[in-house]
Amino acid sequence: MSDDTADGGSVPATNAGYDEWLDAVADGEGYALVCPDGHGSLPPRRVCPECGSTELSREPLAATGTVETQSVVHVPSPRFAEDAPYVTAIADFGPVRVTGVVRGIDPEPDAIEAGDELEASVGTRETDGERIVVFRPTDEA
Amino acid sequence: MTDVRVAGVGLTRFGNHPERTGRDLFATAALRAFEDAGVPREDVEELNYGNFMGALAEHQGHQAPLMAEAAGVRCPATRYESACASAGVAVREAVRTVRAGDADVVLAGGMERMTNLPTAEVTEGLAIAADDLFEVREGVTFPGAYALMANAYFDAYGGEREDLAHIASKNHANAVPNEYAQFRSEVSVEEAMDAPPVAEPLHLYDACPITDGASALVIVSEEYAADHDVDAPVAVTGVGQGTDRLALADREHVARTPAADDAAETAYAAAGVEPADVDVAEVHDCFTIAEVLAIESLGIAPRGEGITAARDGRTTADGDVPVNLSGGLKAKGHPVGATGGSQIAELTRLLRGDHPNSEHVADAEVGVAHNAGGTVASAVVHVLEVAE
Repeated sequence: MSDDTADGGSVPATNAGYDEWLDAVADGEGYALVCPDGHGSLPPRRVCPECGSTELSREPLAATGTVETQSVVHVPSPRFAEDAPYVTAIADFGPVRVTGVVRGIDPEPDAIEAGDELEASVGTRETDGERIVVFRPTDEA
Repeated sequence: MTDVRVAGVGLTRFGNHPERTGRDLFATAALRAFEDAGVPREDVEELNYGNFMGALAEHQGHQAPLMAEAAGVRCPATRYESACASAGVAVREAVRTVRAGDADVVLAGGMERMTNLPTAEVTEGLAIAADDLFEVREGVTFPGAYALMANAYFDAYGGEREDLAHIASKNHANAVPNEYAQFRSEVSVEEAMDAPPVAEPLHLYDACPITDGASALVIVSEEYAADHDVDAPVAVTGVGQGTDRLALADREHVARTPAADDAAETAYAAAGVEPADVDVAEVHDCFTIAEVLAIESLGIAPRGEGITAARDGRTTADGDVPVNLSGGLKAKGHPVGATGGSQIAELTRLLRGDHPNSEHVADAEVGVAHNAGGTVASAVVHVLEVAE
């Protein structure tokens, strides 16, 4: 589905599997690849990284994710120069954990904490307009 | 199996050398290692060279042949890349090659040139050690990743910023007499606490600096040392390497480093030593929290108790097991592709008794070096012992 991502020419190269996954997250239909033993992983993937099974099927991400850890980043890479300070977080969405930028909160150390609930969507970086995974608190989303 | 000795070690001064080429830095370290070893360059049978971001910093790929000619050796030469563990894996392969009897003399080490790039580009360059699709694109920087680990640690086991500040203060104090260190000035706990944030909860003094530098080791077989009257009192008795999922989000626990657990277990078993036997350690403190995770993986501190080890004086210069007497990555500096070799160079000197901090470990017989790549998706552990 890489053809669908060429909006405005902002995506110079495609990453099959990943782009499709990001499209799905943007549509509220994010998924994980899950093996028969229930190990989840993110695409592209041909082998379960936990057990080696090649029988991978799509399962939806949980509607909300639970924050496992977070950080307010003050010193960004060039791609996030205009985005800093921003909050990055790892959240548990059931079969997998997902990493994203938290929007809809002040970038302060105690703005979110482990255990808080977030929804996943796709937004863009302020700096260059590239698509990224964005989390929002469930009461804001 | 052949026993393996460290015949000689060489380092450049770590720090800001923006004008110095990588080839010049590595040549300097290599020539110092040969001089220290008293081994002729023509006896070298392999070069194992570590480097991470040379393609970005110097627009230079295929660095191993370049470094072989810079060091004045003519032999099979290979570059190893495992992010910040590049030199650690290069040295491990040197030890395995000598132990297997495939060579008697191997030159191993690494180089990184970093300060010729703007800081933002270095930040981007280091970040590529993480998962590009699922971490770097989502804003995970190198400090940001360790900040995620630090907050996860605090949640799981307790601890606070001030505990980390004690680690920074300890390592800066250790670097003061080290002529190879980038920062040879003390930093108080208060100064560390007051420094600006990089990625909460990590502030400026929780982070290692950006560093140029090189390391080189002459690794030889015990038989070669005996036959050639080479004084090589320190042996590498155990090596281990571990691998974990690349992305932090995919780890079993964000505040643990099982790759280092595995590397330590393998290295200790090979050496026939227990964590309780360790007298001194050089660990990969790219950020203060990384030292906590390292000493827990090495068994120097129980799980959840590494956070207070520096504050309680257990890992300070006069503590039970001094950690990072060189100053660590934190104060000595972190030329990423050279670091794993430099840790073994420092540990060798500490055990030989010719390091400016050797007085703190005068009776030490067992040392351990812990080198990590990225957020410890790669880890290498070496056990060094005084053999004679």
